Amino acid sequence: MTPAIELRATRRAFGDVVALDSVSLAIAPGEFFALLGPSGSGKTTCLRLIAGFDQPDSGTILLDGEDVTNSPPFARNVNTVFQDYALFPHMTVAENVAYGPRVRGVATADRSRQAHEMLELVRLGEFGARRPHQLSGGQRQRVALARALINRPKVLLLDEPLGALDLKLREEMQAELKGLQQRLGITFVFVTHDQGEALSMADRVAVFSQGRIEQLDTPRELYNRPQTAFVASFVGSANVVERAAAQRLTGNAQAFAIRPELIELLAAGERAPDGCVHCSGEVIDVLYHGASSRLRVLVDERTTLAVARAETVGGGGSGPAAGATVRLAWRPDHAVPLQD
Amino acid sequence: MPSRPGFSLQGRRSFYFALLLAPPLLWLGIVYLGSLFTLLLQSFYAIDEFTARIVPEFTLATYRQLLTQPAHVDIILRTLLMAVAVTIAAAVIAFPVALYMARYAGPRMKALFYVGVMLPMWTSYLVKVYAWRLILAKQGIASWGLAHLGLMGALDKVLEVPVVGGPSLASSYLGMFVVFVYMWLPFMILPLAAALERVPASLLQASADLGARPGQTFRNVVLPLALPGLAAGSIFTFSLTLGDFIIPSVVGAPGYFIGMMVYQQQGTAGNLPLAAAFSVVPIVLIGLYLMLARRLGAFDAL
Repeated sequence: MTPAIELRATRRAFGDVVALDSVSLAIAPGEFFALLGPSGSGKTTCLRLIAGFDQPDSGTILLDGEDVTNSPPFARNVNTVFQDYALFPHMTVAENVAYGPRVRGVATADRSRQAHEMLELVRLGEFGARRPHQLSGGQRQRVALARALINRPKVLLLDEPLGALDLKLREEMQAELKGLQQRLGITFVFVTHDQGEALSMADRVAVFSQGRIEQLDTPRELYNRPQTAFVASFVGSANVVERAAAQRLTGNAQAFAIRPELIELLAAGERAPDGCVHCSGEVIDVLYHGASSRLRVLVDERTTLAVARAETVGGGGSGPAAGATVRLAWRPDHAVPLQD
Repeated sequence: MPSRPGFSLQGRRSFYFALLLAPPLLWLGIVYLGSLFTLLLQSFYAIDEFTARIVPEFTLATYRQLLTQPAHVDIILRTLLMAVAVTIAAAVIAFPVALYMARYAGPRMKALFYVGVMLPMWTSYLVKVYAWRLILAKQGIASWGLAHLGLMGALDKVLEVPVVGGPSLASSYLGMFVVFVYMWLPFMILPLAAALERVPASLLQASADLGARPGQTFRNVVLPLALPGLAAGSIFTFSLTLGDFIIPSVVGAPGYFIGMMVYQQQGTAGNLPLAAAFSVVPIVLIGLYLMLARRLGAFDAL
């Protein structure tokens, strides 16, 4: 099947800074795809190249098998939801949504009907006559969605779509976006720095770091089988144990990642289960998170491990406090070996 | 009973606030609005035709004279037409310059353009006007340059056009128009560039993203969002042209302009009511212009 989007060895540099370093990736039609990474990792540059707001220095961009590397944005069957929504302040909500059909020459009656349908789709049917500044952040976001979807694009690009919303709204919009994508069957590509967002919405995630894709996988694989130290710490907040520390802890010079919730906290004098790797250390601090607590334990002079400890119902037993000596154990198959 | 610190603090705060605001408000109220009001009042005063004394009696005679004497109506129309022409020309010339400054120029080029636009304003206005008279004179640099380009015939043709033409550029309405446009162009460029600079780049990208070609993006997004700047700039060029009396008296055809009439009536002729009535005309015209601009939605994007 022809990929909806394909990047081949795409490179983009701004002066000395290489924003995107020979990135190749293929996104299947109908896929919900996330570009995840910290700021400056190249994910937004990647999105801008797909939209056509910027051209690569080298490499090829294909949309639906067609080379669009040097096509202007208006000639690409791709629409974008901008981070700041970029709603036209001098137009009403309905005029904003009808903008795509308008510049494509659709008759007034047709396009206002289409705009109304799109506004219904995002549950803003009664807001057509308002101006963007009269809407809340979440409503503006939905107008931006309706405006981008009215052209029936093959691909919808979303630049940090939930970044400007508060937590509760963000969770609602995650479910709404996912539902919308499934109903419309359009390829969604979204940029985010929030790993939770990427994991919960995307079918596949490309993790960016320093202009390269560190790992491209399903959320489950990324979380459970990170390949590099960067992915392990950025995506799962896992403990990353470097080679030297691994040698000291396990006798094996192989860097690995271990997630805090997979490390078992042993009671004083309790024997580690058979076959488990174990060590002892001193608790540096304890952060209470409600359902669980997170302890940082210094296991040798340079290595700290984060350990999650499930809290008991009712908030009884307070567990080890800072300064206490504890023993830790984990199953060797829970430690994920990392590439150097 | 406990004291109410909130109340006294509030009271003291508003006292200081009033103290701070009083000088500028008094200045604005007395010096600006007060003199404007006196001016308005003067235009309703009568004048004794024999002694040329101003009689503080309410009369509409001055306005009747202003609006019925063909010579006066000519002056108003001439000034209005010139102001409209200058405003349109300034807008047409300023737009590409402002657009380049705001959206395309790099930081160094932008600084260069801002200095370049403002630099002429640091020179004496009178020096510039007289310099222009020399530039546009029959033996001046403008006709010298045109002669060398082989365009003298074209200039003669243009100067033969009735009304706009004349014996030389320096003594034609065309020359006056050129000088007006030159003088007020910075006042159009600067607010326009400021307005264009405020348009977020993402709006232009969004327009292109939704399928608009560059021309459509310009018409549908750039132009409407630049309208407040265009309105501000045109208020400058329009009102400055309406009120100026130096340019029409130094450059151009001998026909009178409102500013010259005010100068003459309150000076040599000593007819203060008529001078006042004439100076009310630009105020009324600008008021009408603002209403029109508002009706056309020039301030909607503010």
